Amino acid sequence: MSEVKSTVFLCLQANDETRGVIEAIERDNEHASFDYQPGMVRITAPGTLTVRRETVEEEVGREFDLQELHINMISLSGHVDEDDDALVLSWDR
Amino acid sequence: MTIIANAPYDFTSNDRQEDFRGAMLVYVGWARHMMFASPYCWPLPPDMPFGALVEGPMAQAFAQHPDWEQADWSTATWTRNGEPFTPDLSKSLADNGLSHKDSLMFTTPGLDGIGGMGF
Amino acid sequence: MDIAVTKKKLGLKERYALMTRGLGWEPTYQSVDDVFPMDSFEGIKIHDWDAWEDPFRLTMDAYWKYQAEKERKLYAILDAFAQGNGHLTLSDARYINTVKLFINGLAPLEYMSHRGFAHIGRQFRGVGPRVACMMQSLDEMRHAQTQVHAISNYNRYYDGMANFRHHHTYLPYLQVPRSFFEDAASGGPFEFITAIGFAFEYVLTNLVFVPFISGAAYNGDMGAMTFGFSAQSDEARHMTLGLEVIKFMLEQDPDNLPIVQKWLNKWTWRGVRVLTLVAMMQDYMLPKRVMSWAEAWEIYFEENCGALFRDLARYGIVMPPCVEQVRKERDHLSHMAWCQFYQARGTNNFHVWLPSKEDMDWLSAKYPETFDQYYRPRFEYWAKMEEEGTPFEAATPPQQCQVCQIPTIFPVAGDPLTRAEHSCTHDGERFHFCSQWCQEIFEDEPEKYVQAKLGAHELYKGNLFGDADPTAEDFDPMAAAMAFLKLTPEDSGLHSDSRDAANFDLWRGLAKANEA
Repeated sequence: MSEVKSTVFLCLQANDETRGVIEAIERDNEHASFDYQPGMVRITAPGTLTVRRETVEEEVGREFDLQELHINMISLSGHVDEDDDALVLSWDR
Repeated sequence: MTIIANAPYDFTSNDRQEDFRGAMLVYVGWARHMMFASPYCWPLPPDMPFGALVEGPMAQAFAQHPDWEQADWSTATWTRNGEPFTPDLSKSLADNGLSHKDSLMFTTPGLDGIGGMGF
Repeated sequence: MDIAVTKKKLGLKERYALMTRGLGWEPTYQSVDDVFPMDSFEGIKIHDWDAWEDPFRLTMDAYWKYQAEKERKLYAILDAFAQGNGHLTLSDARYINTVKLFINGLAPLEYMSHRGFAHIGRQFRGVGPRVACMMQSLDEMRHAQTQVHAISNYNRYYDGMANFRHHHTYLPYLQVPRSFFEDAASGGPFEFITAIGFAFEYVLTNLVFVPFISGAAYNGDMGAMTFGFSAQSDEARHMTLGLEVIKFMLEQDPDNLPIVQKWLNKWTWRGVRVLTLVAMMQDYMLPKRVMSWAEAWEIYFEENCGALFRDLARYGIVMPPCVEQVRKERDHLSHMAWCQFYQARGTNNFHVWLPSKEDMDWLSAKYPETFDQYYRPRFEYWAKMEEEGTPFEAATPPQQCQVCQIPTIFPVAGDPLTRAEHSCTHDGERFHFCSQWCQEIFEDEPEKYVQAKLGAHELYKGNLFGDADPTAEDFDPMAAAMAFLKLTPEDSGLHSDSRDAANFDLWRGLAKANEA
């Protein structure tokens, strides 16, 4: 298709509830970068970005339903593939 | 092209000349004078002399610019809807061939806006 | 009685299947085409509605649960903001004008969107998209309500917000966003969801809610920050729905490609024209700025829409041709818009001002190619006119584009000092446009756009005089129009002269000191 590598992004509110989520994303996505803007963080990654339930649960120290992300999610780009264990954003299908 | 609709679609224009109680709409803009953000719009009687448009509504709109009082109407050039146009200032709008919703643009040679910056 | 049952918890995908597809049924005494009469006339061919997959798999029970949680958080913050006189903690009174633009220009669109999705949530014959559209319809109603609630805290103290519904319907500049939405809502269900899901949600709301709302937070507006982020959390779902519809149409039949491409071309341009207002908010109306319009454009259009169009290339979709012009206008857009609003300030319901020296230095740093050359001299000259007591103001209504309804302020792309002129005739009548792209949209469906109500024309036809008698001897047309528009002298004009500026200074002074 094209030689340009598309990036996906996930914007989350920066608050107490998302701190553990952001840390989990950092652990699982070495290629991601984190841009903190007033009130929010914009996480970008070339190709794909994964939020894993298990890692989030380790970080927040409780059971976590990935759909809780809806509460603090501001925006995203890429195709979404969501099941009980992971939310994956990617441009590859 | 014509509209694709799921039922008969027949509506008249919202701005036909007969809706303006005898007036016609005319728009006028001044080239190289971007201080005025867009051309302006007036409803005018078709029998109004073209010179009266210049001295009346146009002066009211454009005279805030210091170039206005230096404008030389004998050398000014005009376009109508983007095409060259030579108005006779003593004749009426109708006799100059103007139609409802025509858009005029005039250029004043030698006048190039504040500081010659087209503004 | 107790019966011990070992229930295996259903997985997300099974739960979603049961709670969406499982809710549909085949009609028996009416044909499917009669039950869903509106999802085929646009020419979009769908062979297998079951191929639809909603990416988020949000079921109705989960939807209620998380939306309720969002509301609890939102109202806790709104209450705290109002109870703590939050409006006095803003960076600067000029900021309040962005809130006015929001309530007048955007909140009513949320309500129009609610109605639109309620309509198409009835019209699609696939169960998956129907459920998703119903949720979106409820979201949009929530957005309209929370925005009105949040901004009512400002309306108690400041001008320009009390008549937002009336102004949205009649004030000329607000016909730009309104006509955008009416254009979409009067299309068929597939065009509506392409227009709103793609142009409004994917392109526009990312630029409104992310950098702009982050800017609201930066300027101390907890209320706007909270409803903005809360709304945008739903938009993430909406834009995903919009893109899913586009992919679905393209995958279902190759004949859908030219129709979808036409809509993407049209709605990219329509969206960008509405964004003129957002560009101006970001560069001129936020006293403290997070990023420039040009920077936001790079992230949310060039990067984000670029990725989308690269992805859609597999179906044969290409980047809309108007994007070339949009790129050329990028470094001019906000400046041209502010020049227009400055001089038309008598008909705005918010206040304007000339950028300070500090503001202009920021603008020249962000726009090194354009600001100092074209726009700084304008603002400096107008500042001199203000100082001399003869401020520049346009007293005559502007020519407007027949499609986007923006005054024809735009120059030829790449030639910033020559005004673009585009016109054509239809049925013996002449029509004017801001650009080749609005003209193409008109020429595709002239029967639709000849019905546009343009502000200057409505005034001149006498449609803005309300009950006043134009034949009366002492009839004052401008006074009658202002009364009908419910536009008071306090609503418009220069910020420095405004009651809002005076009150903000007074109240902030009182909040900081004790009277002796």
